[in-house]
Amino acid sequence: MNIPYTVEERPDTGLTNGKLGIWLFLASEVMLFGALFSTYIILRTGAPEWPHGELNVLLGAINTVILITSSVTMVMAWATLKLKDWAKHRLYLIATFALAGIFLVNKYFEYKDHFDKGETPAHSTFTAIYFTLTGLHGIHILGGMVVMLYFLGPGTKLWKKNPDQFTNRIEFTGLYWHFVDLVWIFLFPVLYLL
Amino acid sequence: MDKTGIHPGGEGVQAVAHGHDPHHDELGFWRKYVFSVDHKVIGIQYAITGLLFLLFGFTLMMIMRWQLAYPGRPIPLIGMWLGQTRAPMGIMLPEFYNQLGAMHGTIMVFMGVVPLAVGGFGNFVMPLQIGAPDMAFPKLNMLSYWVYFVGGVTMLASFFPKGGAAQSGWTSYPPLAIISDGQTMWLIGMIFLITSSLLGSINFIVTIVQLRARGLSYMGLPFFVWAQFVTSFLLLLAFPPLEAAGVLQLMDRLAGTSFFMPSGLVVSGRPLTISGNGNPLLWQHLFWFLAHPEVYVLILPAMGIVAEIIANNTRKPLWGYKALVYSVTFLGFMSFIVWAHHMFMTGMGTTMSAFFQTTTMIISIPSVVILTALLLSLWGASIRFTTPMLFALAFLPMFGIGGLTGLPLGLAPSDIHLHDTYYVIGHFHYVVAPGTIFALFAGVYYWFPKATGRKMNDVLGAIHFWGSFICINIVFMPMFIQGLSGMNRRMYDGGAQYAYNAGLPLKLNVVIGMAAWTLGLFQLPFIVNFFTSIFWGKTVDKNPWEATTLEWSAPSPPGHGNFLTEPIVYRAPYEYSVPGAAKDFSPQFEPEKA
Repeated sequence: MNIPYTVEERPDTGLTNGKLGIWLFLASEVMLFGALFSTYIILRTGAPEWPHGELNVLLGAINTVILITSSVTMVMAWATLKLKDWAKHRLYLIATFALAGIFLVNKYFEYKDHFDKGETPAHSTFTAIYFTLTGLHGIHILGGMVVMLYFLGPGTKLWKKNPDQFTNRIEFTGLYWHFVDLVWIFLFPVLYLL
Repeated sequence: MDKTGIHPGGEGVQAVAHGHDPHHDELGFWRKYVFSVDHKVIGIQYAITGLLFLLFGFTLMMIMRWQLAYPGRPIPLIGMWLGQTRAPMGIMLPEFYNQLGAMHGTIMVFMGVVPLAVGGFGNFVMPLQIGAPDMAFPKLNMLSYWVYFVGGVTMLASFFPKGGAAQSGWTSYPPLAIISDGQTMWLIGMIFLITSSLLGSINFIVTIVQLRARGLSYMGLPFFVWAQFVTSFLLLLAFPPLEAAGVLQLMDRLAGTSFFMPSGLVVSGRPLTISGNGNPLLWQHLFWFLAHPEVYVLILPAMGIVAEIIANNTRKPLWGYKALVYSVTFLGFMSFIVWAHHMFMTGMGTTMSAFFQTTTMIISIPSVVILTALLLSLWGASIRFTTPMLFALAFLPMFGIGGLTGLPLGLAPSDIHLHDTYYVIGHFHYVVAPGTIFALFAGVYYWFPKATGRKMNDVLGAIHFWGSFICINIVFMPMFIQGLSGMNRRMYDGGAQYAYNAGLPLKLNVVIGMAAWTLGLFQLPFIVNFFTSIFWGKTVDKNPWEATTLEWSAPSPPGHGNFLTEPIVYRAPYEYSVPGAAKDFSPQFEPEKA
């Protein structure tokens, strides 16, 4: 038994199942982070004072550049695959994976610095929302890395069997990755700058 | 076979063909029945797990009802087995009563009704009704079930650690929820249940959009599919905020944050050492942002089931199919902007109350349109009073009572009097118990032949129906009287502390208790019927109800891959009693000149 429209698009919707699925998933993710941003707004507007300049803006800015760069390499990983350039695809996907890793290492140093100063999540509502938002975002980065690792390792078998489906899956990974990137682009100004 | 490649009929041909179905892969026991990717097996897994949780949640309530009817007396039969921390000498402790209350709500909503209505019926029926070979993502479907299963087990297990299960209501309002025992496991269980629903809803939407059979347009979908479609969007978009809220509450409990904890809290005479500045109302907003759409998640699949059964048993097209579809869509949108009508009494301000009571009155319009359309469908019909039809017919007045009694709660001034009384309990139980759960029973009786190839017994079905129908009304109708006279819904002695002044409302607790336990007895015919019919029920062909929708063109039970030939849709879903047709039903899957 085969499920139709896993690889080819359904003519009247112009979509594959996976593409619609990943967009719906991202819609639910928007609601998840939307609720947390609303929490941020309500806590901040209700707080008697809100701390400024507690975060390392330089590290945050570097991380922003890293993630945006990783979005570019992710697109390239897909585009090269469309052109059937397997070697370059590998290179770009490894680069994306590496950049994600560097992002998390930076994040680790930021976290460590805060914990050393005693700024745990319990310290104030600011640290609470900071750690929750960036922590959840970090888990999303980690999830993306697991998916990329899969497509660098065991997932490559699909490329020989069904290259179009493999290309689609890299595209979906990319959509997710851009979303994670986009969340950070909101997080950075909201937490570090405002 | 005609030139479109469709079997025009002929049960015998198909029955023989089924024996050599090339799609019927031979799988081992574990892959076929336990870790199956077949939507029908997963649907049945969901349905049976859901029914068991409904029974368990109902049992919790029968125990609570003893304490309310006879406060302080030892619980008979099982009291001795509950243990010293729950009911020493069989007498229920207040903490245990609170656990039962919180877990009854949680189990019924998140582990009983939704898995049965969406996971069970949605999974089993929806792909068949749209002519799909399976769900769009079969492995994800299996994962949804098992994530739900883990969540359910987590919730059940939460009774056993020291301190017991969650005890601050299914709504888990902070600060109480954050300082009381059992809540951590509740939150972890909820995160599993939410994740399961999210995965499921993505699967449902993609399946409906992508896998409709040739010729099946959106306006040709059976109403049940429309109900599942809208329900899936509600789950997809309303659950994530609760997941976020669950994470925040977990942070409050485990990491010591103060998202929902205001400054200056004193617990048991000691000030809490927390940073404070949190907002307890924030939880309520996030919670009800899910939990109001959740009400429609509970009711829409039920309406879908009832619509199918009414069309089939009145032998008429549904009255106002388009109005039904537009109403259910509008209802879906509106359900996102009514949540704060649960919060009139929280001090959030009159401007907010005015807004939310207006939207609440607006959302009652599509609900009434749906109910009216279903009611008008009965007009002038020669009704077949089958067992599913009995339950479906009872749904209409029961949901009507539930809905209409909700209006005074949706208006801020009358809500002030009724808030947190038994009136509220009566109101929403009329919607979900004799409303939704009756519709779910109707669905079990209606689609049982499709799942097993056998019919359930009608005599036992009638006993089950009439017994349940009478008892359930005696359970919930007196609650309106209790609530109007001001009886609070959360007193563990049922108000005995005010006995000197209580009179009739207090005495009603005994009546309600008796009716609830009798209601329990009347579920036995259903349980017996369900299991005996699997083995000894009357065997039926693939379309025993002479129905028109696509699921009845597949063999009973359908094999892996569902249809023997690719289904093609020729007409609207409810073409019953078409003038000039040879028989009183013209199925969607039969060409014009069949």
